[in-house]
Amino acid sequence: MSAGLPLPHDSAPLQVSGAARYTDDIPLPAGALHLAFGTSPVAHGDIRGLDLSAVRAAPGVVAVLSAEDFAEMPDCSPSIHDEPLLAVGRVHYLGQPVFLVAAESHLAARKAARLAKFDIAPLPALLTVDDALAANSRFEQGPVIWTKGDAAAAIAAAPHLVEGTFEVGGQEHFYLEGQVAAALPLEDGVHVYSSTQHPSEIQHKVAHALHLPMSAVRVEVRRMGGGFGGKESQGNALAIACAVVASRTGRAAKMRYDRDDDMMITGKRHDLRIRYRVGHDATGKILGVEFTHLFRCGWSQDLSLPVADRAMLHADNCYHLPDIRIESHRLKTNTQSATAYRGFGGPQGMVGIERVLDHVAFAVGRDPLEVRRANFYRAAGPTGPGTGHRFGGAHSPVNSAPQTTPYHMEVEDFIGHELVAELEKSSNYQARRAEIAAWNTKNPILKRGIALTPVKFGISFTLTWLNQAGALVHVYQDGSIIVNHGGTEMGQGLFQKVAQVAAGVFGVDTGAVKITATDTAKVPNTSATAASSGSDLNGMAVRTACETLRGRLADFIADKHGVPAASVRFEGGLVHVAGEAHDFARVAAWAYQARVSLSSTGFYATPKITWDRVKGRGRPFFYFAYGAAVTEVVIDRLTGENRILRTDILHDTGTSLNPAIDIGQIEGAYVQGAGWLTTEELVWDGKGRLTTHAPSTYKIPACSDRPRVFNVALWDRPNREDSVGKSKAVGEPPFMLGISALYALSNAVAACGDGSRYVALDAPATAERVLMAVRRQEGREEFSDENSSAGGPDV
Amino acid sequence: MTEVAFLLNGTPVRIAGEPATRTLLDWLRESRGLTGTKEGCNEGDCGACTAMVTDEAGARALNACILFLPQLHGKAVRTVEGLAAPDGTPHPVQAAMVAHHGSQCGFCTPGFVVSMAVGHLNGRRDHDDVLAGNLCRCTGYAPIIRAAEAAESAPVPEALKADRNFILAQLPQGAPIGAPSVQAPIGAGGSAPGAFRPTTADELAAWYQANPDATLIAGATDVGLWVTKQLRDLAPVAFLNGIAEMQVITRQGDSLRIGAGVTVEALRQAIAPLHPSFAAMLRRYASLQIRNAATIGGNIANGSPIGDGPPPLIALGATLHLRQGDSRREMPMEAFFLDYRKQDRRPGEFVEALTIPATAPALRVYKLSKRFDQDISAVCGAFNVTVEGGLVTGARIAFGGMAGIPKRAAATEAALLGQSWSAATIEAAAAAMAGDFSPLSDMRASAGYRMQTAQNMLRRYLHDLAGETVSVLEVEA
Repeated sequence: MSAGLPLPHDSAPLQVSGAARYTDDIPLPAGALHLAFGTSPVAHGDIRGLDLSAVRAAPGVVAVLSAEDFAEMPDCSPSIHDEPLLAVGRVHYLGQPVFLVAAESHLAARKAARLAKFDIAPLPALLTVDDALAANSRFEQGPVIWTKGDAAAAIAAAPHLVEGTFEVGGQEHFYLEGQVAAALPLEDGVHVYSSTQHPSEIQHKVAHALHLPMSAVRVEVRRMGGGFGGKESQGNALAIACAVVASRTGRAAKMRYDRDDDMMITGKRHDLRIRYRVGHDATGKILGVEFTHLFRCGWSQDLSLPVADRAMLHADNCYHLPDIRIESHRLKTNTQSATAYRGFGGPQGMVGIERVLDHVAFAVGRDPLEVRRANFYRAAGPTGPGTGHRFGGAHSPVNSAPQTTPYHMEVEDFIGHELVAELEKSSNYQARRAEIAAWNTKNPILKRGIALTPVKFGISFTLTWLNQAGALVHVYQDGSIIVNHGGTEMGQGLFQKVAQVAAGVFGVDTGAVKITATDTAKVPNTSATAASSGSDLNGMAVRTACETLRGRLADFIADKHGVPAASVRFEGGLVHVAGEAHDFARVAAWAYQARVSLSSTGFYATPKITWDRVKGRGRPFFYFAYGAAVTEVVIDRLTGENRILRTDILHDTGTSLNPAIDIGQIEGAYVQGAGWLTTEELVWDGKGRLTTHAPSTYKIPACSDRPRVFNVALWDRPNREDSVGKSKAVGEPPFMLGISALYALSNAVAACGDGSRYVALDAPATAERVLMAVRRQEGREEFSDENSSAGGPDV
Repeated sequence: MTEVAFLLNGTPVRIAGEPATRTLLDWLRESRGLTGTKEGCNEGDCGACTAMVTDEAGARALNACILFLPQLHGKAVRTVEGLAAPDGTPHPVQAAMVAHHGSQCGFCTPGFVVSMAVGHLNGRRDHDDVLAGNLCRCTGYAPIIRAAEAAESAPVPEALKADRNFILAQLPQGAPIGAPSVQAPIGAGGSAPGAFRPTTADELAAWYQANPDATLIAGATDVGLWVTKQLRDLAPVAFLNGIAEMQVITRQGDSLRIGAGVTVEALRQAIAPLHPSFAAMLRRYASLQIRNAATIGGNIANGSPIGDGPPPLIALGATLHLRQGDSRREMPMEAFFLDYRKQDRRPGEFVEALTIPATAPALRVYKLSKRFDQDISAVCGAFNVTVEGGLVTGARIAFGGMAGIPKRAAATEAALLGQSWSAATIEAAAAAMAGDFSPLSDMRASAGYRMQTAQNMLRRYLHDLAGETVSVLEVEA
C-alpha cells in the first residue's frame, strides 16, 4: 500500500537540480512580448490626464494600453466585478495598475512603465480602520452579526469582566515565485500558463475578457513556487493582461511582477482590530463573550466576505462559548485589496479568542493552560457500533451530547483534551514552566516565557458548492498510468499524495503513476486549491476514477478466468486472479486488446455539509482538524529583541497519507504563523504607500529564526469521517500553531512586571512592540513614535 | 564593453557586447537558457539566485541578481545545473535535500542547494550562517538543516574541486595566495567605453580623476539595486574587484591597515580574534552572499546612515585613507560623514584604505533589527570606553540609524568622561544622549524606540563589561 508512506515530494529531484520548470522557465515562441503595469502614484484620485508619450517612445516598447483602448474594461475580480484590469477614471489605491506596457524584454517593459506623466486630482484617501468607520465605508450594508444565546445578559450576570482591544497585523504571502502568467495565441482561442491556485477562475476571467466561451481558453499550471492563498485570485490580472496582448498582437505574451511591484499591487492577509468583552467566573470559565471584528479589506471586495466569515467561524477555537455575539465589519479602504491567505480569516478569529483566554487567565491568576482547558469543548464520545454512542445505549456517557459552536454546529469530534494532555506531557510543559519562573527571578535583563495553545480548524469551503472535485485517469496499454485532477501543486505535496492514493488502488508502485499538470482542458469546473481541501477533494475524485478502472480490469480478468471479480486482488504491481499472478502491464494490454475502456473520470462532492451564512447557522464543515503547540521564548527587556527557543507540536492529520509531507507542512506552517505574529510587519505611510514592499524591509522568518529545538509529532489516529484514507487536511490548520509564539512572548513580558497589569501585546509582536509592552509592565512611559526632527535614517 | 571570460559549469565562456551592468542572473536565464537559477526578489535578499563563484581565494556563494558580468572575469561560476557529476550523480547536498524533504514548492531550492554546496566545499557546519541569505517560505527550514547536516561528511565532488584548479592554472607564477585577484587572461585593465576594469590602485586613481562622474563598483550590493530596482543607467563605470592590492589586510605595529576592497566577510574573519564583538556584529551585517560581495570601503564611501561598518570603526578611532590621483589624505572616520548622504570626498577621490587599532578590549557592538539575520539595522551602537582606576578616561561611542549620518554621541561621551564607571554615571550619560540625536521614524522603527534602545544599549554595555549575559542569542531552552 503506497498511501501512508513518507515518500519525498514527487518533484524533489527536479527541484534540487534546477530542472523543475516554473511558469517563467517555459520557453516561449520567438517574438514573445513582456508586459509590465504602470501603477498609480496616489491612493485615491480622479485621473484627469495620462501622458504616455514617453512610455510609447521608450526603447523596445511595442504596445501601450490604457482605459481608452478598451470599449469594455476586463474585470479581474473573483467576486463582484469591481476590479478593472486598468483603472478607469479613478484610482483607488497606491499601486493600482493604470496602464499596460508590452515590450521586447522584461527590463524594457519595466523601464518604460515608469515614464508616464500622471495628472490625478487627489481625493481623500481612507487608509485605516478608523478612517473607514468614520466614513461608513464598507462592503455589505452593515456589519454581519451572529449570535448564540444572550451574550450581553451572560456578561452582565458574570462575576468578572475583562475587555480590551487588540490590533492584529496583516501578512504578505511572500511566495518565493512572484506572480507570473504567459499566453500563447491560438487560431481560435488562447493557451494560458499561469502560476495560479485556481485555473478555472483564470479560464473564466480570460474568457470573459476576450468574449470567448470558456472552451476556447485552456489554462495549464504544472506547479507554483508557493501560493499560500496569494495565487487564488491575485493572478487574474496578469493572465488577463497576457491574453489581451496575445489576442491583439498575435504574439505570445508573458508578465511577471518584479518583487516590489508584486508587493505594491497584490493583496495580503487582512489586518484587523478586535474588540472583546468577556464575562467569566473566578476559575476563568468564560460565561459570555462579545467580539467585534474590524477588517480592513482594501479597495475591492475580492474574497473579503468569506474571509471575514471564516474569522467568525473560528472565534471559538477549542472553547465552548454558550453565550456569544460576533459583529464583523468589512471595511473598504484605499489600500491593496486584502485577499486569501493560509487560514483565510481563521487565524484572525482564533488569535482573538486566544487573546481572551490569555487575558482571562491573567485576571484570575491561573496558568493559562488550565484556563484554556477549563473552557474546552466536551470530549467527543466514543463512536461506532458497539460503543453505544450513536445508538444511545445503556453505557453511553451521560454528558456525551455534543456541544455546539457559536454557529450552532455540533462538535462531534473534539479531541483537544487527550491531544493537549499528551503534548503537555511530551513537552514537559509543567516542569519547564516552573523552571522558567525560577530562571526569570535570577535574570534581570533577559526573561523567558512559555505558552501552549490549541487549534481546532474547520475543513470545507464555506461556499458549499465549491466542495467538489473531478479527476481523469488513463491506463495505457503498457500499464503506465496518468492521473489528472483539478488540484494545483504549490509545494504542499498534493500531487504526490494523490499519486499514492492512485497507486494504492491499482496496487502498483507510486513511481508508476505519472503526475501531470493541472489543465482546464482535462478536468473542468474546478475549485481553487484552497481551504486545505486539495487532497480531501481531489484524492477522493481520483480514487473514484481509479476504482472504476480497477473494477473494469477486475471484471475483465475475472471473466477470463471464470472467477468472481471480487476475488481479484491488485497488489505489488501484480494482478492476482484464480491462483495466478500477472503483471499489471500485461493485464492492461489484454484489456486493451479486449476493447475495455481504460480511461475514466472520477467525481467527488463532500457529504453532510449545509450552511446559511446570513443566519450563521448550519454545518459548514465536514470535520475539524486539531493540533496544539508549546512555544518557549526569551526576550530582552532593554530592546524587546526575542527568540523562539523551543517548540513542541502535536498535530492531528488523521491517518496521514504521507507523514513526511505532513510534517513538512506542519513545520513550515508553524514558522509562517509565528512570522505573522512576530517579525512580519506591513507598514503604510500617511499617503497610503506601502513602505515595506521588498524583503529588505518586510522580514519573513530566516533560517535562524526557526525554533532552536523543534519537535513535531503526528496524532496519527483516523479521521472519524470517511475522508480519503481517513486522513485529515493539513495545509492551513498548523499555521495557527504559531499563535503559541505570541502568547509565549506575552508570558515573558509579564515576567517584567508585578502582575498588576495585563500585557496586552498587539501583533505583530516586533521587538519594538515587545519593548513597549515591557515598559508598560515596568510602569514607565511609552515612547513616542513621532519624528523628533528631520535628517534621520534613510530608507 | 571589454570582453569577459569565465568558466561556466566547467566550460569556458567568453562574452562580448553585453551591457556592463547585465546581471549574471538575467544572462543565465535569458541568454543561456539556464533557468534553474531563480529570481525571487532581484535585490539580493532572498538567495533564490545564489551562484557559486570560485577564484584563487576559494569558492563563495553570491547573489546572481546583483552580480554584473564583468565582476566574474577570470573566475569559475557554478549554477545549480552544474553541481551534479558528469554522470548525473547528484551532489551530496542535492541527494540529502531529496531524502530529508528539504524542498516543497522548490522555488528557493536551487539557491539553497548552491549555498549548501559552497558551505559543504568549505567545510562549514554553521548552517544558520551559511543559509542566512536564503529565504524559504514553505518548510520552516528544519528539513533543510537536517539535509545540510546529513551531507556534511560526504566527499566534495571532483568537478567542483577542478574549478579551483582551473583558476590556479591561470595564475602567473609566484602570485600570492590569498590575493583575490586574477591576472585576467584577456582584456584586463583595458579601457572600453562605459566600463573600466583596473588591476592596480594607480590605474584606478588616474582613470577616476579623469572620470570623476563615474560610478565605482566594488561588491555591487547597493549599486546592484540602482540597476535592478531604480533602473538607472550607470555609465561610465569601473569594476574594482580586479585590484588585488586594495583587498589586503596588513598588520602595521599596533594597527591594521585594511584595503577598501576587503570584503565584509574577509574583514570579519580577520578581526574575529582581535575584535570579537565587532566580528559578531559583522556576522549579522548581512547574509553570507552579501558579505562575500560587499566591501568595507564601499560601505564607508556609500555614506548610508544605516551602514553597519562606520559605527564600530568610529568607536575604534579608525583613520580613513583617501586618494585622488596621486594625492592622498587621511582623516578620522567620523570626519568623513558631513551630512545626510554627503561625505568629505572630492571629485575623483576614492577610499583607498582604513586603519584601525589592533586591540580594543572594551569594544562592544550592538545591532538591533527587526529580524536577526539579513536585515538592516534600526540602530547600530558601538561602545569603546576606557576605565582606569574606576574612572572613565576615554569614551568613543557611535551610532548608526540615529541621525542622517553615522555619528558619535558627543554629549554622551562627555557625560561619561572623568566620572566613575557606575550605574549612576550610565544613567546620567543615557539622559545626555537625548541631546546627541533626533532620530526619525520609518518602517524599521519609531523615533522613540530608536532613542530608547540607543540609551538601553549603553545600559546593556555596563552589564556586558561586567560579564553578565545580555543577549537573547546566548540563551537556550
